[in-house]
Formats: sequence, C-alpha cells, structure tokens
Amino acid sequence: MSHVVIIGNGIAGITTARHLRKLSDDKITIISAETDHFFSRTALMYIYMGHMKYEHTKPFEDWFWEKNKIELKRAWVTSVDSTSSRLEFEDGTSMNYDKLVLATGSKPNKFGWKGQDLKGVQGLYSYQDLEMMEENTKDVQRAVIVGGGLIGIEMAEMLMSRNIPVTFLVREASFWDNVLPNGESEMINRHIREHHVDLRLSTELEEILDDGTGKVKGVKTKAGELIECQFVGLTVGVSPNVDFLKGSEIEMNRGILVDQNLRTNIENVFAAGDCAEFREPIGERKSVEQVWYTGRMMGEALGRTLAGKTTAYTPGYWFNSAKFFDIEYQTYGWVWPEKKDSESDFYWEHEGGKICLRLRWDSQSGKLTGVNNLGFRLRHHAFDKWFSQGRTVDYVLEHLRDANFDPEFYKQHEPQIIDRFNAENGTQLKLKKKSWQRILDLVS
Amino acid sequence: MSGTEPSLSISNPHPHKTDAVQKAGLALAGLGLLTLFLAWGNIPIPKTLGLIFALAGIVIGTAIYSWRLYMKEPEGIKNNGVMFKSLSSRGVMGWVAGVILTAFYVIIYWYPEYLGYKPNGTNEGFVALFDPLSQFFKGKPATQWFLYGTLYTVSILALGIKFLFKYRHNAYQIKRTLVVIAAQLFLAYLIPEILAGLNYNDATNVQGEYLGYYDTDIKNTWPLDYDFFYEYHMDAMQQEAYQPVGVLYLIVGIAMFLVITPVLTYYVGKRWYCSWVCGCGGLAETAGDPFRHLSSKKLSAWKLERWLIHGVMVFIFVMTAATVYGYFWNTGEVFGLNIYSTFQQPYGFLIGATFSGVIGVGFYPMLGSRVWCRFGCPMAGYMGLIQRFKSRFRITTNGGQCISCGNCSTYCEQGIDVRWYAQRGQNIVRASCVGCGICSAVCPRGVLKLENGPDQNRMEAPAIIVGNDSIQLIK
Repeated sequence: MSHVVIIGNGIAGITTARHLRKLSDDKITIISAETDHFFSRTALMYIYMGHMKYEHTKPFEDWFWEKNKIELKRAWVTSVDSTSSRLEFEDGTSMNYDKLVLATGSKPNKFGWKGQDLKGVQGLYSYQDLEMMEENTKDVQRAVIVGGGLIGIEMAEMLMSRNIPVTFLVREASFWDNVLPNGESEMINRHIREHHVDLRLSTELEEILDDGTGKVKGVKTKAGELIECQFVGLTVGVSPNVDFLKGSEIEMNRGILVDQNLRTNIENVFAAGDCAEFREPIGERKSVEQVWYTGRMMGEALGRTLAGKTTAYTPGYWFNSAKFFDIEYQTYGWVWPEKKDSESDFYWEHEGGKICLRLRWDSQSGKLTGVNNLGFRLRHHAFDKWFSQGRTVDYVLEHLRDANFDPEFYKQHEPQIIDRFNAENGTQLKLKKKSWQRILDLVS
Repeated sequence: MSGTEPSLSISNPHPHKTDAVQKAGLALAGLGLLTLFLAWGNIPIPKTLGLIFALAGIVIGTAIYSWRLYMKEPEGIKNNGVMFKSLSSRGVMGWVAGVILTAFYVIIYWYPEYLGYKPNGTNEGFVALFDPLSQFFKGKPATQWFLYGTLYTVSILALGIKFLFKYRHNAYQIKRTLVVIAAQLFLAYLIPEILAGLNYNDATNVQGEYLGYYDTDIKNTWPLDYDFFYEYHMDAMQQEAYQPVGVLYLIVGIAMFLVITPVLTYYVGKRWYCSWVCGCGGLAETAGDPFRHLSSKKLSAWKLERWLIHGVMVFIFVMTAATVYGYFWNTGEVFGLNIYSTFQQPYGFLIGATFSGVIGVGFYPMLGSRVWCRFGCPMAGYMGLIQRFKSRFRITTNGGQCISCGNCSTYCEQGIDVRWYAQRGQNIVRASCVGCGICSAVCPRGVLKLENGPDQNRMEAPAIIVGNDSIQLIK
C-alpha cells in the first residue's frame, strides 16, 4: 500500500482521489491551505450574491471523506523535495509520499500595473479572495472591473446584486470576443448594459490610483480618463499556481509540464487541472486547460493511472458552458471567433435578442464541427454522438428537436431556425419530429 | 460615505430600492392584513366592506408589489439575498413568522373560539368577518374552517401571482402555477362552496334533521383525505338528498386512488398531483416558495424521510382497513380494539392535524415548505413508490455539463441532493421528487430537464461521463 499525496482539494485533486479510491486501497491524503473540505469553486459567486451559503457549495457531506478513507490535511506546502519524496509545510513539519499529485489550480493574473497591490484591488479565484471581496466591497460607491472574460462578468453580476455600480473595462472591441463570434458577443454586450453595468469596450487600464492611505481611490485608463472607485476587480485571466515549486526538480514552463498520462519529469510526481501544462497540446486544445470540466476529466484519468491502470488523458469533443447574467451559454465542438477558411457558418438570433444558435461545419464534407447556443439548452449527448458519427449540418438541423433540452412547454425555435437556414442556403431541409428512440440511441 | 457623492455614471439606478409603487402595493396588502387583525380584535368594522377590502387589498397589493419588484429587472433567476434575508434564512423574522403560523394552526384546530367562532350563537371577531361571504355562498354563518379555506385560497392566489412574476421567463413554472391556483380556487374552494349552497353536501332538511357532510374537494384523494372511508363520510355520500352528486364523489374518489393516480403517475410522475393540483403543494409552491431552500439535504434526513413517510402510509392503511371493516361489518371494534380511539382518533390528531397542519405549514420558515409532503403525506408516499419503480418520469442530466455548484440541491424543497446525481451524469429518479422544476430553473449550466420518456435505463448510472474518451467501454 503506497501513500498518495494530493496537493489541492479542487475538482482535479478531489476527482483523482475519488477515482483512485474506487480502484485501490492506497493511503490517500489531500492537502489544502484553502478550505477544510472540497467546495465548488464555480459557486463562489453565488455565496456573495446570497443564493447559497458556503455549506451549500460542498458537493459531499463532511463525513464522506472519513467514510472513504481519504485523509484531509489543512496546511500550506512551502516546498517539494522530489529526491527524497518529501513535502515541507509552512509550520516546519514535513510529510513523505510515495506518489505526489499536484493539483494546485490557478492564481489571478496581475500584469504589473501601478497600484495593483493597493487595498481594494483584487482578483477572484479562491475562497480567501471571496472573503477579501466581502471585506473590500463594504460601503463602496463604485467598482471598476478590468478584463472582459468569464470571471469579469461574474464579478459584475456579483457587485450589481449588492447594488454597487460597476464600470467594466474591456480591452477588446466586444465582450469575450477572443472566444465568442460577433453575434454572440454583441448579444452579451447588450445584456450587460441591460443590467445597467457601465460597459467600456476598447478601454485599457493605465494605472490604479492611491488615495494616500494605501487604498484605491480610482483608476486611470489608457485614454487618460479618471474613474473614481473604491474597488477594483482584476479579472484578466489566471495562471498556474506553481510558485512554491520554483527551485524544485519538477520541470515547469507556465505550468507543470506533463505528458498525456499527466506525468511530470519526476517518475512519481503527477499534475492535473489548471496547474498542468501539456508538453504536446491535445488536438486544438490549449496546453494549459483552465476549465472545471477538464480538471474533472484529468482527475478521472489520473485516478486510474495511480491505481496501476495507466490511462492517458484523452478528452473527447470540446464542450463548455457559462452564464452571462441571465443568458446561459453552451458550446459543443469548436466554434472559433472567426470561422476557418475551410468552414461554413450559420447564425440565427431570436427577435428578442437573447437567444441564438450558431453552427459551423466543414464546407466540403458538410460535417458539423461546432455549435454555440445561448439562451436555450441543447443535449450534450446529442452533439457528442453526432460529432463521432460525422453527421452533417443538414442531418443535425433536421434532428434538432432531439437535441432540445429546454424545459417542457418552452417555445420551440427549431422551425424558425430551419426556415432561416433553408432561405440562406437554398436547401429544402424538413424538421423531423422528436424521437425518443433516437434520443435513447444518442445516450447509449 | 457621504450622501452627497455625485453619481459618476448615467447608469446608477439603484434597482434594489423599494420604490413608491412597491411601497404602495405593500401598504395596500398591509392594510388588508390589518383589517383582518382589527376584526379579530373585535374592532367594529363594517363586515362586508371590511372583508372585501381585506381580501382584495391582500391580493391586489401583493400583485402590485411583485409586479413592480420583478418587472423592473430583466427576466431571470431572482435569488439574490435569499441567504441574507432574515425571513428566509431562519433569522428573527423567520422565527417570528414560524411562531405566528404555528400558533394560528393550533388555534384553528383546537381553540377556534379564540377566532370568535361560536357554533351555538353569533360569531364574533375574526370568524364573524367571514359571515357575509359564507352567507353569500350557502346561507350559513362562517366556521373557522370557512375562514381558513378562504385565507388559504387567498394566500395561494396572491403569492401565486408573485411567483408568476418571479418566474415569468419559465413556461413550465407559469403553466404549473396557473394550474395550481385554478385547482385551489375552483376545485378546492368555489365548487365545494357552491355545492354546499345548493345543499349537496352539508344540509339540514325541512324537519331540521342534519343530513351529514362529506368533502367535495374532488382532488383531495384518499389517503391524503384520511377520513374518506369514515362511516359518517360514506353515509353522507350515499345520502339520498345529496344525489347524484354524493355518489359521483364516492365513485370518483375511489377511482382517483385506484385508477387515475397510478395511470397519471406512470405517465408523468407524481408531479401531476403534488406540484400541479394538490392544495398542500399549492401552498408550498406559492406561499412556501421563499422557504424552499430550508429543507435538509443530508443523507440522514433522507433516511428519516423513508421511515416516516412509509410509516405514516402503513398507519393509514391499517387505520382505513379497520375503518372499512367496521363499516361493512357494522362494528366499532376490530380484534377487540376500539376503531375510533385506537386508529381514527390518533391518526386525526397526530397526522391529520399536528403533522400536516401545525408542523407542515407552521414550520415553513424553519424546515422548508414541504415537510409534510416529504416526511408525512401518504398520498405522496403511494405515488412515490410508483414514480420510483414504474414511471416514465425522470429528471435528465445533461451529459457532462454539471459544475457541482449546488443551486439545484439548495433550492430543492424536497431535500433531494440533486447535484449528487447530476455531477456523476446520472438521471434523477427519486420517490420524493414532486416535479416542481425549480432545480432545472436555477441550474446555471442547463443541466437538468424534467421529462417523460421510455422507462428503460431511466436511472442507470453511466460508467463514464460523456465528454471524456480516456476510458473506453468495451461493448
């Protein structure tokens, strides 16, 4: 029986532990400095908004860990000695391991702006960040958020829920337009403004201003505009949380370098989740994947590897989701902000301006390559199976009702969608009735 | 911070402030409530006018308030601050509301005289305020139960309207809520009162002989309606003067249990009853909505639930078997046990009044809105068995899209740990699910869908979650 030590109790580390436990009797220890128990990082915003308490964000009850013989240790690891397989803790103690899993997640980026360390300036990633945000946003007259991505818009929603006016500085010409194509991005711009957020596109931060006591009193944009504020959210992406490994034998670039089996250069050291960087990116994926789902899937594979069933991390078709204020977003396959030359594109938007569908397909073969849906829901199983079967855009549109995942009685948009497609492409596609038989085949 | 701080932007609407329209709505509803309390305190107010003002004030005032509250914001989930508000997070306001509700139920059941109910004289106070309406329907003075039924219906109507504004983006919630309001207003309230007015179920003949009473809320089915087979009830349904309505209710009542319930539950799950037509469910989904997250999600609560709800089910089956035996064999005893004092009276006191009424509603602000439905209701228990073992209903999990955030579990009024299934890519098939659809509504990633479909593999746990090809299944 070997001792597997996992640093980090986020989704990657926890999933690794759970899957290892299913297959082995190894001693498992999970170390975290953040919280005693696993919680859902993606739910931090809901704690601030009062939808949930911290307790509600824990996916497993506290007895779960002992029952499954997973030891939890609250401590801060200061260094890893991979030669003697030992961890050093902040309090001077140490722990030996037989196998080590690094699942330490990310930390918010700071790009060296003047004033970025003032009181009232912060990012949002950890539970401690949330506590700090609670403290920093007391009696705030205005907040400025820098960075137009997923955490930025979540932070805007959080602050608006507390009735704190928000100015949202986005460097790009449109919200998240390095990921979303124009139609979707424009839709979210409108929705952000509908929520009375002061959205400033194509606006960059120059510096953060000190009120003389070490607290933020405002920001200056590159255009020279001064915006008075008492809180600044820095949400310009995250990077692997690996500083404590500097000086160790473990090879790193931006993150901890791993192969597809999630092995580092040291034989008994592995990495998973946000902090891992693939030496060879998988397919069109990034070499550092900072998504809940990829963290989970790496954990699912690594748990098996640690149990002796070496399992390469082999993610299937890309999928992701988010929610921008009230508009839900799902994506399956690849939808690049600009379509590739080899691809064709179709975009339909509901007249209300809050629901849309985008399809991309290979122009030659007609095979679907990606879908974005905002404001309505689509079945994951349907698209995963259709991609693997090489279904064409025509087939997908004709069977779109099988994929609809909106609640019962919702207005169905498929007829409108297919009419638009036919009109634009000169096709005669006919919508098929929803078939449970086909849906069961998709799920199987 | 100084109050003179100038706004830096055109967009500083402070949308959460209660504005003049909302305040007007609140004031109107408040005056309506005040009228009820004044009447209770025997303050002489004109009864007919007072009652109309009170009830209309509560309904219209609540409608104005909630219309303004929700319509001035974009449509979407409105759970901001639920965990901070005193009323909805077991704070002081929650405890105050809980004590008032509980006390009200205790008074209604056991001390109706404190409401001014005088069975052998002229009503006073609270009950007297309802005399004109009762007279209007059936030419009799009000009872505490008439007062209760009217207030119950008004609560579902007023807070149902609030719920409709809150979930105006959600077609499932709109349809469900309109049906549950209509079911209460017509099936549970207006039709029974009209039938009573037509002397079909609660009449005295010209000789002054009382002909008996039976319940004319057609959807209030045995075993929820525990006294359906009681002798007085069976006799009243067969009372000649009440025909053909009485026998119709007898036949429909038995068919509801034997045929309609199992068939509908097979096709759509128990939701057709629990969150679409039932009166207890109707109150839970409307007045109880602010408290839905207070249900316990612990595994231990689920274990307790299974013992309790099935225990109550066994209790009522035994009690009813004894009752039916006594009825047909015309005896008051079974195995030497007195049917009334051994079976009927304990059930009526412990389950009928204390559990479903006092605890079921009185404890809303402490234990959530579905304590009775989850831990006690034998009708729910009966349908739960069908839903769990032979039904087309399930909550489908959308592949690998769950982010384990916990909104679904938090807002499940039945205390189901929805996330536990969703995060492993498994559909949710649980006996206790009443199909309210809120888990699906609050999910920020579009993961949950209530639907009816073929029941093959309905609850199978996938070996791997879709989207990860690391593990290949050999087929």
